[in-house]
Amino acid sequence: MSLTRRTTLGTALAMPLAARAQGASRVVIIGGGFGGASVARALRRADPRIAVTLVEPNATFTACPFSNLVVAGLRDIAAQRFGYDAIKAADIRVLQTAATAIDPAARRVTLADGSTLDYDRLVLSPGIDLRWDALPGYSEAASQTMPHAWKAGEQTLNLRARLEAMPDNGLVVMSVPANPYRCPPGPYERASLIAHFLKTRKPRAKLIVLDAKDAFSKQRLFQDAWKKLYPGTLEWIGLSAGGKVSEVDAAAGTVKTDFETYKPDVANIIPPQRAAAIAALAGAADRTGWCAIDPVTFESRTTPNIHVIGDAAIAGGMPKSAFAANAQAKACALALVDLLGGATPAEPRLMNTCYSLVAPGYGISVAGVYRPANGLLTDIDGAGGTSPLEAPAETRTREADYADAWFHTITTEAFS
Amino acid sequence: MRSLGALALLTILAAPAAAAPPPGATSCTGCHGAPTPSSPPPIAGRPAADLEAAMLAFRGGTRPATLMDRLMKGFSPAEIQALATWWAAQ
Repeated sequence: MSLTRRTTLGTALAMPLAARAQGASRVVIIGGGFGGASVARALRRADPRIAVTLVEPNATFTACPFSNLVVAGLRDIAAQRFGYDAIKAADIRVLQTAATAIDPAARRVTLADGSTLDYDRLVLSPGIDLRWDALPGYSEAASQTMPHAWKAGEQTLNLRARLEAMPDNGLVVMSVPANPYRCPPGPYERASLIAHFLKTRKPRAKLIVLDAKDAFSKQRLFQDAWKKLYPGTLEWIGLSAGGKVSEVDAAAGTVKTDFETYKPDVANIIPPQRAAAIAALAGAADRTGWCAIDPVTFESRTTPNIHVIGDAAIAGGMPKSAFAANAQAKACALALVDLLGGATPAEPRLMNTCYSLVAPGYGISVAGVYRPANGLLTDIDGAGGTSPLEAPAETRTREADYADAWFHTITTEAFS
Repeated sequence: MRSLGALALLTILAAPAAAAPPPGATSCTGCHGAPTPSSPPPIAGRPAADLEAAMLAFRGGTRPATLMDRLMKGFSPAEIQALATWWAAQ
C-alpha cells in the first residue's frame, strides 16, 4: 500500500518538481478581454507563485455587453472602457503588444517586436475575428459604411452616429448570421433597443431584421415584447421567410436576400465569425474555425499545453458570452493550478446567465448550468432556461436592474 | 537524500488546494460580487445554514426568484450544502 502510493506520487510529481527546480511555473495568457483578464486574476489569487503574463495589444478594453445601449443613445461609450492598471498592480505582467506566432513544441510565443515568451501553459482567450470572406460584398472597408458594431469601440459609435443622422422616416436593416457567433441573444437585444430609439426619436422610421436562422435565443420573450412595444416599427424576417442576406453592396448601399433588394438608410451587418487568427496560428482551431477543448481543463484537443476559453472555444452548451468567458476563466485557472502542481483537476460545474434588455427597465434572461459529459460541456437537464413568458412588470424591472449589477460586478472582478 | 525528497514533496503537497472551491462555486461571483444598489444579495460570509436553506428553497421552487430557481436545479442537495459551507467561509 505505502509502496504503491509512494511510487505513484513519485511519478506524478517528477515533472513539476523538475520544472520548479528551474523557477516558478509560467503561464502566458493571450487576450485581455473578459476571459483573459479573469483568468489572469484568478490564477494570481489561486497561487501567488505562478508567473502570469498577459499579452494584449490594446491599452483599453471596450466591453461588448451593454454596448447596444450605446448604439441606441442610452449610454456613454466611456462606461464600456476599462484599463489594465489594476491587473498590473496585482503582480501580473501585462505586455501591450500582439502575439504573432506560437510554437507549441517549443512552448514559445513570439511577439510583434520579435521577442519571445516561454510558457509551461498557454491560455488563449483571443475572442473572435469577423469573417470578411463569408458574405459577398462585405469587407473591412465596407464595414466603415455598413458597420457591424460586433466589436465594441469605433464601430459602436459609427452605428450610433448613422442612426442619429438618418431621416425621420428612414429604414434600418440589420443582418444576423447563422450560429455560432458571439453573444447569441445580442442581435435581438440590439434590434429591440434600435426599435426603442426609433420609436422615441424617429417614430415614422422602421427596422427590418434579416436573419439567417429561424430560431434564436429567448425568441418567445423577444417576440412577445416586440409585439407589445414595437408594433409597426420592428419586423423580423427569418430564414424560411427569405431572411438570409446573400450579398451586400457598400457603394450602392444595398442589402440583398434571394428575394429582395433593400436600400436602407442605415445597414448594420453582423457577419459570420471565427476564433481570432492567433488560435489558428497556434494550431488550436479546427475546420469550423473554432477551438475544440477538453471540458475539464479547457486544454485544446489538438495542441497540448494550450488552453482555450471564451468566445473562441467550442464550449458545448455554453454560449459565447462574457459571463461564460469569466466562468470558464475561473474554472480553467483552478485546472491550471492543479496541472502545474501535478494534481488531477476536479470536474468543474459552470453557470451562465445572459441578460438582454428589450427596453430600458425591461430585462429578460437565459441561464444554464453545465458539466462535462461526452467530452463536451453539457447542459444539465432540468436546470436553466429563460425568464417566464408571463411575468409582472416588476420582474422585468428587477432583471434589468440585475443586468446592470452584473455588468458592474463582472467588470470589477476582471478589471478593477 | 531521502529526507530532502520528502521535504520537497511535503512543500508541494501542502501548498495550494487547502480550501478548493466546490464545483460551481467560482461562477457565483458573476453576479454576487462587488455590490451595487441593485445587486442580488452578497453571499460571502453569510451563515451556511441560511445559504443552504435559501438555495434549497430556490431549487424546490418554494422561494420567489428571477433566475436562482433555474440555476439551483443544476445542483444536488449535497452539492448545495458544499456551496453553502464554502461561501460561508469566504
